[in-house]
Amino acid sequence: MSTDTQTGVERIAAAFADSGKRAALMPYLMGGFPTLEASLAIGHAYADGGADLVELGVPFSDPLADGPVIHEAGTKALEAGATLASTLEVARELSQRLPVVLMTYANIVYGPGFEAFADKLVAHGVSGLIVPDLPLEEQPALLEVLDSRGLALVPLVAPTTPDERLARIGASARGFLYTVSVTGTTGERSGLSAGIGGVLTRAKEATPVPVAIGFGISTPEHARAAADAGAAGVIVGTRLVRAAAEADDPAAAVRELVAAMAEALR
Amino acid sequence: MITSVEHRYGPYGGQYVPETLMPALAELEAAWLEANRDPAYTTRLRELLTDYVGRATPLYLAERISERAGRPVYLKREDLNHTGAHKINNALGQALLAKRMGKPRIIAETGAGQHGVATATACALLDLECVVYMGTEDMRRQKPNVERMRLLGATVSPVDAGTRTLKEATSAAIRDWVTNVADTHYILGSAAGPAPFPALVRSLQRVIGDEAREQILQKEGRLPDRVIACVGGGSNAIGMFTAFVEDRDVKLVGVEAAGDGLDTPRHGAPLTKNARPGILHGAYSALMQDEEGQILEAHSISAGLDYPGVGPEHAWLRDSGRATYDAITDLEALDAFQTLTRLEGIIPALESSHALAWVLKHGGDSELDVVCLSGRGDKDLGQVIERLGGVDDAAKPAGDDTEAAAR
Repeated sequence: MSTDTQTGVERIAAAFADSGKRAALMPYLMGGFPTLEASLAIGHAYADGGADLVELGVPFSDPLADGPVIHEAGTKALEAGATLASTLEVARELSQRLPVVLMTYANIVYGPGFEAFADKLVAHGVSGLIVPDLPLEEQPALLEVLDSRGLALVPLVAPTTPDERLARIGASARGFLYTVSVTGTTGERSGLSAGIGGVLTRAKEATPVPVAIGFGISTPEHARAAADAGAAGVIVGTRLVRAAAEADDPAAAVRELVAAMAEALR
Repeated sequence: MITSVEHRYGPYGGQYVPETLMPALAELEAAWLEANRDPAYTTRLRELLTDYVGRATPLYLAERISERAGRPVYLKREDLNHTGAHKINNALGQALLAKRMGKPRIIAETGAGQHGVATATACALLDLECVVYMGTEDMRRQKPNVERMRLLGATVSPVDAGTRTLKEATSAAIRDWVTNVADTHYILGSAAGPAPFPALVRSLQRVIGDEAREQILQKEGRLPDRVIACVGGGSNAIGMFTAFVEDRDVKLVGVEAAGDGLDTPRHGAPLTKNARPGILHGAYSALMQDEEGQILEAHSISAGLDYPGVGPEHAWLRDSGRATYDAITDLEALDAFQTLTRLEGIIPALESSHALAWVLKHGGDSELDVVCLSGRGDKDLGQVIERLGGVDDAAKPAGDDTEAAAR
């Protein structure tokens, strides 16, 4: 492995290219939930189950893009003492096994300042960053800072994003383009939105990087349907966070779920 | 004529929202500019403000308060608006805009319930579906307004997260908007949130200051030395200040909630405390947060001031030195509430009581003050009586005893 010499952008590209699946599988992990140790164990279980990358959430008090399950997990993680520093320790461990893309809200990134924040990411082996409340217009300064360190600033596009705007976001995407499958917050849905083929096709035409899809992917069938619709990556969040909240042995429970999704993508 | 919309006030403001909402914000901004070029919109709004809301509101020389303060104090009587507060100015303007945009469903957040009532009222008038998000703690302390909203046909959606107050209600409203943006307009009630809301709300509220400036010139032949308004998110204050910003000799004072005291964590005064700026609900502004960037819980007796953030233009008015910000405790506000009630026969909202308390406390070298009485206090009666442990004759000022005995 050459993870020490690869940049974050290169590690992410390799993870998509070498997944051995029709689409790379990227489970979401809430840092520090239910406890710090348990969240690390869950991350390892993701890797054991066949994940190709991990999206690691930094808990935030006011997560506007998240539905009730992830919001609640973040609140519990904060109550259990989770911090940016402790979440980054989880990142450092997991990054030995697979690329880590950190997900957090803009206020957490603005606090230390972009340069200091980006240096922390590099120091802890993080490959990329997703900031769901930092749209295109607010991104240029952070993009420059992350580019200079080889880190990927991963933007989101939604079904409501018009073509002209999608083209501009697609051009500035690093690592991959995160396509939101539904107009809404994170959370499980009974079926995949009928429109995902449309938004995926539009997204793929707009960017040179792989297009991943998330929000509402909660079963192996959804994952397979997303790959069928042309997604290069599948992001699974709420279903796994709920399993971590409900199961007696969270690591075992999520390993099984992730393995089933990985299998569906082979 | 409004030809452009500010997105930044110095470093503050911006649009920190999920991508799903960005097209809706652009659509709103375009619709707002277009509506302001269309006399059908501007004329209709002016008619409604006059005939339905009852504008212009009076600028009232409060003589007994003036005597207590030692200088003339005028009250801008926004409490006399239909629905009892300044919030209706903004709610009507935005509801008319939503109607033009073809959005049949309206959502709103509310703290004290005044914005919720104003929005529910505008929706009843214009035949729009209305859902108001309100923290369960605020539903408890502002019960009459919850009942009003329901009578008006709105759905009050209880928010049980966090401190169950305005911050959580706003987050819930934004999440609803992310989900239902296609057919829904979000009537944000304060001069806060992502652009274009701060500028849009200011435009709809500046009628307060425009009227007050003209009225004080008519009555006194001069401008006031000070203009004072309470600040939660800051919509009545920005509406009051805007007309006077270019009058460099007029001091602008925003009054935040000091809650239990500025030396405790239980307050709602990010501007006064010079808190490190941050991002909440779509804007970069002064913000109560911890070292980690987690948003702190605010506290105020007044639900309308119980908010850890503030509109971005206020942060810039402070930094640029054009306005100053100070804070008043729960107890001081309660005291001013009773003083205005007993001296003038006006029961003020607890929010507005903060502005009044500041005027009674700070004489300075002012010879003429104008205070925005942003709302009436009927909604607060339950809470005030609970805090005072009941109201009886003994609570009356000493001078009234003989009168009571003579009856």
